[in-house]
Parts: sequence; C-alpha cells; structure tokens
Amino acid sequence: MGDEYSIKIRDLTDDEYFFGHKACGGCGGSLAVRLSLKVLGPRTFAVLPAGCMSAVGFIFPQMAFAINAMISTFPGTASMLSGIAAGAKALGLRDYAVVGFAGDGGTADIGLQALSGAIDRNDRIIYICYDNEAYMNTGIQKSSLTPLGARTTTTPAGSKGTGSRTTKKNMFEIVAAHGIPYAATASVGFIPDLLRKVNKAKQTAGTSYIHVFAPCPTGWEYEPSASLQISRLAVASGLWYLAEYENDGFSLNHDPGEFIPLRDYLSAQGRFKHLGEEEIRIIERNRDEKWKKIRRDWKHEERTL
Amino acid sequence: MSKKLFLSGNEAIAFGAKLSRPHVIAAYPITPQTVVVEKLAEMVSSGSLNAHYLHVESEHSALSAMMGASAIGARTFTATSSQGLVYMAECLHYASGGRFPIVMMNANRSLALPWSIYGDQRDSLSLLDSGWIQVYAEDAQESLDLVIQAYRIAEDIRVLTPVMINLDGFALTHTYEPVIIPDQEEVDAFLPPYANPNIMDLQHPRNLGFSSTPKDNMEFKYQQHAAVLCAKDVISDVDAAYGKRFGRRYGGLVSNYRTEDAECVLVTLGSVAGTVRAVVDEMRKEGKAAGLCRLRYMRPFPEAEIAALSATNRAIGVLEKDISFGYEGAVYTNVNSALLKAGHASPVLNFIGGLGGRSITREDIRSIFEDLLAAERQRAIDPVRFVNLGVAAHGR
Amino acid sequence: MIKPKIQRYKQPRTISEYPVGPSFQAGHLVFTNSNYRTFKPIIDITLCVGCLACYATCPDGALFRRGKKVSIDYDFCKGCGICASECKAKAIAMKKEEPGRNE
Ligand SMILES: Cc1ncc(C[n+]2csc(CCOP(=O)(O)OP(=O)(O)O)c2C)c(N)n1
Ligand code: SF4
Ligand code: SF4
Ligand code: SF4
Ligand SMILES: [Mg+2]
Repeated sequence: MGDEYSIKIRDLTDDEYFFGHKACGGCGGSLAVRLSLKVLGPRTFAVLPAGCMSAVGFIFPQMAFAINAMISTFPGTASMLSGIAAGAKALGLRDYAVVGFAGDGGTADIGLQALSGAIDRNDRIIYICYDNEAYMNTGIQKSSLTPLGARTTTTPAGSKGTGSRTTKKNMFEIVAAHGIPYAATASVGFIPDLLRKVNKAKQTAGTSYIHVFAPCPTGWEYEPSASLQISRLAVASGLWYLAEYENDGFSLNHDPGEFIPLRDYLSAQGRFKHLGEEEIRIIERNRDEKWKKIRRDWKHEERTL
Repeated sequence: MSKKLFLSGNEAIAFGAKLSRPHVIAAYPITPQTVVVEKLAEMVSSGSLNAHYLHVESEHSALSAMMGASAIGARTFTATSSQGLVYMAECLHYASGGRFPIVMMNANRSLALPWSIYGDQRDSLSLLDSGWIQVYAEDAQESLDLVIQAYRIAEDIRVLTPVMINLDGFALTHTYEPVIIPDQEEVDAFLPPYANPNIMDLQHPRNLGFSSTPKDNMEFKYQQHAAVLCAKDVISDVDAAYGKRFGRRYGGLVSNYRTEDAECVLVTLGSVAGTVRAVVDEMRKEGKAAGLCRLRYMRPFPEAEIAALSATNRAIGVLEKDISFGYEGAVYTNVNSALLKAGHASPVLNFIGGLGGRSITREDIRSIFEDLLAAERQRAIDPVRFVNLGVAAHGR
Repeated sequence: MIKPKIQRYKQPRTISEYPVGPSFQAGHLVFTNSNYRTFKPIIDITLCVGCLACYATCPDGALFRRGKKVSIDYDFCKGCGICASECKAKAIAMKKEEPGRNE
C-alpha cells in the first residue's frame, strides 16, 4: 500500500550523488547512502563521521560526493548536523536537506550523546544509521549493535569464545523514547520502503532518524552478490523488522507471519558459523519475546514492500 | 556613540561577541565561564542579539556544531574552560585542521585531579599544539576588544585559523572594571562579514574535511604552519587598525613595559601582568631596573619580540601558571628556546605559580625580581622554581 | 545530470596549488574502480524487461538507464554481482574477467 511519501524507482533521479567511492563490492552501507541521496536531492548537506562511508568517499583528490558533504569527528555527527542546520537557518537558506550517515558504532556507541542532544533540540536534521553491526572501518570489532553470537575480531569464536555475548542495543526505541517526530527502521533489502522513509524524513519538520540494516560482505563473510538476499532473510527470520514511530506511536510495516528457520539466515554468513543449537535457541527465544511485544503493542499496517 | 559600563571579564566577552554579530552560538556551562553563556542567552532571548543559540549537551558537541555552522558560512562563537576545553580536544585539532575561523573564549582554570574550579593556565597551555591561535587577555577591556579583533584575524583569508581567547578564571572573568563598549556601527565598519571561498555552497558544492594519504597530508599541515606564522603580521595590522578606529592599541604579540633599560625582565601572561607592572614601578623607584614583557599571544609565538629582550647581563624570568610535570613550564620552554636561539647568555629562570588558584602576591613578584637580580651572580642554579609553594619543596 | 566525474588532475607542485585546507570541489574523481572486478556483469539486452531492479540495487551506481533498458559503466562496476542476483529476468550473467587486464 503506497501513500503520499512513496517513490517509484522509475521516478528516481538519474543523478548520482555518491559515485566513484572505494567501498568493497556489494557494500550495503554504500547502497543506503546512494539511494537516500537520490531521494534528498542536490540541495543536500551531508555529514559522515569516521567510519567506512567517510573513509571510502573522500580520499583527496577522489571526492565521491556530488553534493556538499563533510567528514565529522567520530562522535560528532549529530552536533555537526545541528551546526549546519543552525547556520543554514541563520543565513536564510531555503529548500535544503541536512543529513548524516553514521555507522552503528558512530550511532549507538560514541555518537549517542550528540544524537540525543540533537533530538532533544528537535533540530531539523535527518540522521541515518547504516547498521553493518560492527566497527568495520577499523577491522570488524564489536559495537553495541553487534548481534548476539556474531564473531568479530574482539568477540572471537573459538574453543571458549562464542562470539558477541550481548544483544543489539535497541536504537530505534531509544530514539523513539525521546519523542522524536519521526523514526523508522529500514533495510537495503526493501528499497521502495527505504525510499519512502527517507522521503518522509525529508518532509519532517524536526529531527528524524532512520536505522537501515546494511549488510557488509567483508565483515559478515558472505558473497558480495548476496547483500540484498541476506537483508531479506533477516526480515523473514524476524531478526530485523521494518517499523515506524511517529507521535501516535509505533507501527509495524510488515509482519512475516511464520518466521523462516534462523539457520537459513545465520548459516548464510561466516560470522555465525560457529553457533551451536543451544546458542541458536537463545537467539530464537530473544526474537520471540521481542515479537510478542511488537505484535501486542504496535499498530500493524501491512505495506507492500 | 560608544558607552562605558562596569563589567566583569566574562560580561566584556559577551559584549564583544554580541558586537561581532555571530550567527550561531553553542556553549556548555562550566565555572568560571558560565556568565558568558548566560549573558549571551539573555541577549538572544531579549532580541538584542540576532543569533541562533544551540543548547548542546557537551563541549565536544559545542565545537562540532561550530564547525558545521562555520562550514556553511556562519560566524560562530563558543566559550569553555578547563575540563570542557580538554573534553573538546579532538575538536580543537579538527577545527584548526579544517581551517574553521571559530572564535572561542576559554576561562583558564585548573585541571582535575584534584578538582578545583580556580584559575591556572594548564588547560589552554596543554593544548598549545592544537593549531589554534592563542591569546591571553590582561583585563576586561582587552577581552572585549580581543573578541572583535579575533574574528578579523581568524577570518583573514591568509589565516583561516580559529582563535582561543584566554582569560584567567575568576581573577579576570569575575573582576569588574569600567569597560568602553564600542559603537555597533563602528564595529560593523571594522569587521567585514564572514566570507570564505572554501565553505559549502549550494551552487558550487564542496567536499570538506576529507582524508589525505601521506602523499599530500604533510602539505596541508605545512599550510597550517604557514597560516599561523602569517597571522603574526595580520595580528599587528589588526591591532594598528583597531587602534586607529577605537583608540586602543595593545602592541601586537607582546606588550612590553619598561624593558628597554631593564637589568631583569619578567615575562608573563594573563591578568597577573597588572600586579607585575605595579611591582616594576615600585622597584624602579628603589633604583632597581625591572621590566615586564607580557606575552599576549602564545601562538603564533612572538619569537622575534622575545629575542629582542636578550641583552648582556640581563636575567630573564618566566612566570606562568603551568607546569609540564617532570620538566618545566610550557611558556618557559618556548621563551627559553627563543632566547637561546638569539644567543642569550644570562640566566633564564622559570617561576611556576598560581597552580590551582594559589595567589601570586606583590611580595611574590618582588622576590621573583630579587631572584632575577641575584641570578647573574650565581652559578649552577636550578632554573625551575615554585612560587609560594607553602611547604618546603622536598630535596630542593 | 549531476554525477561525480573523472577530471584531469594535476598533482600540485607548490603549496599554493593545494586547496586551502581540506576543502575540494565535490564529485571530483581521479580514479576508476574497474580494477576491483574479478567477475564482470554482462546484460543480455534481449532478455531485459527494463524493470530497473539492477539499477536500484547497484551500490556503486554503475548501472544507468538507457532508453527503456539499462547499461553498465564498466569504469565503476566492481563486479559484485548484486545486479545479476536481483534481476528476475535472468538478463545479467557474471563472466570471469580475463586475468592481467589491468596490467
Ligand atoms: C574518537 C575516535 N575513536 C576511534 C576512532 C576510530 N574509528 C574510526 S572508524 C571506526 C569504526 C566505525 O564503525 P561504525 O561507526 O560502525 O562504521 P563502519 O566503519 O562500520 O561503517 C573507529 C572505531 C576514531 N576515528 N575516533
Ligand atoms: S567493510 Fe563492509 S561496510 Fe565497509 S566498505 Fe566494505 S562492505 Fe562496506
Ligand atoms: S534487472 Fe534485469 S530485467 Fe530489470 S532492468 Fe536490470 S537487466 Fe533488465
Ligand atoms: S556487478 Fe555490482 S557494481 Fe557492477 S553493475 Fe552489478 S551491482 Fe553494480
Ligand atoms: Mg559499523
């Protein structure tokens, strides 16, 4: 079901605003940045903190952003966005977007404080977290958005280690708890849904936040061609969900109904290869508890995705 | 018409900022800077200052926001102190490397631990290498005048470097004195609007804050070095132009007092210079040829001005509220290096005082001068001395 | 159309030829990305139905619209194979690159 925010792929601009970058082939994060910018258009100011997307986008003299863009300090995405928004307003600029693209570490760990401050002020900025579930740019270390069981270089899997011992921090609901005007989860595996959400964020008068599931073939250990398939498996298995938060509360955009076996998602990636039945049962239990709450508490408006 | 008000150093800074018409202000409170941010918030909410005031959640964010605003062409102001300054350390280097002409006031305050809200200069001096222009005010009038000058220096296309204006915590930030408030139209005529060809622009988009490989990176660092060196001339031109328009000149990188024929000179910085000047006068009356060199700028460093202090049989002291533990004060390191390069052969002593807000009295300064006068006749002396330590220094 | 482009670039010879600080023209490219590829996507245009799925899913924007169908900019295609796996019409095949083509 479309609405006034829906955008057809056919209607996307031919302009490429993120092009010629040095991301690994098949990088989910770079797809999220590319598509979001197509929705936001040429009058966009983008901020990217230290992390893969800034590292692959601006290596003098190779500048992969066709729009105004800037690298921020690792913790400073949201505050730099606020400064740009405040400056633009003070200078009387009209018709523009201010967007940040930060990784999971840059969002849920080191940049959380600044993001919280920006939401508190309700500055007119769009904050997009591309979640590849680890500190990729520094070589796949665990972040607070690394899922339970995932192997990273700081949560090894060996005779003792079982990968990450913590579950994903619930960024979407943390952001929503601020009373933010618009927040959403999305995935590069569901492009029309992603485009619609970015468009909605663009038209939100205050702060908006989109958390995009963005697989990383290098860090998750799978064939680069599978990035979108993996994204869809994550949703089908219930380990990721597509939802929105607005002032009238949470709404789920898609209920997969009966989940596919977790193995289908987990065994497609090297980072989960070591998991045994017991560990998978724990992941399953966590998932089921989460979905019980989602199905009980959130509105559900099924959308064609 | 200019007017005269009775203001504290903090208030003078707020007035200076207001007159400079910043577009965006972001700051986070910390004693003894709070009055600056309160005053500016009051000015913005009363409408007497037309600026966007961002209530940020930390100093790191304050300076981050300033960089964002500066990158889009807005004039920016912030203020901090001590723990706040070191908390923004990452952003200090980032702002100078990004060539953002931000102006920031820092209320010099001791660094924990132990906690202390009182003044010393270890906060800013520990960040001497952050690429910022650093200037130290002596009184409230100079503080106000410096804000206006700082924008002109920072935004000069040859400089494009942020400026940190340092005021001694409490001693200057909270001391009231009559301050002349220049006329807004005069300030507008003196300070052109911020224009920078390197900023983000919707017509001509730019990519900022990029990374660069070893192939080019050093060239960008060299540019920063050249820009801060170039600031020496800009500072002296701005001082002269300011003097011409407003009638107050401060002397550029240093301000000397009775140094020409001095037998000993004390080099210092900040508000303690007022006390030193009074002691110089006393000593002169007693026939003792003392002199004062007040460092206004620590970066760019007044190397030539310090070298010019060198004279045969002239002992030189450096009094600072700072120490690099295990060695000597940073100001001394800088001054001593300039003197040695100039071939200075007489003693150069380091007086460490005022740490954690310890007072530096007239008597202390007098004894510093006595030490300097005696130094010429001593040999093998320890150049690093603590002023007013309170207990006997073990082993010394 | 707005899009970063390969531009003639002269390595600066003097400090003044460098940009003032890290600020440079947006979308200024110097290098292509074709050396990333070990496989190369080949479109069988007779099978292509112009659905644009490949265009939308290419992380590198290397697929562009041409008329009602699509074409690939091999200077910027990294050979990831997403387009081939997303094409429902099976119009894209991944072919091994000849070794040594970048030498
Ligand atoms: C203050 C600071 N601490 C650490 C780093 C090192 N660092 C740079 S990028 C990065 C990882 C970024 O991870 P994430 O935000 O998830 O983005 P990704 O690289 O995965 O895209 C780290 C730890 C830094 N640049 N700055
Ligand atoms: S490491 Fe992962 S996130 Fe980083 S560029 Fe490569 S694929 Fe993208
Ligand atoms: S996905 Fe296949 S059918 Fe669709 S446009 Fe691309 S090549 Fe043609
Ligand atoms: S192989 Fe990858 S990079 Fe090349 S066109 Fe297809 S999706 Fe784009
Ligand atoms: Mg990450």
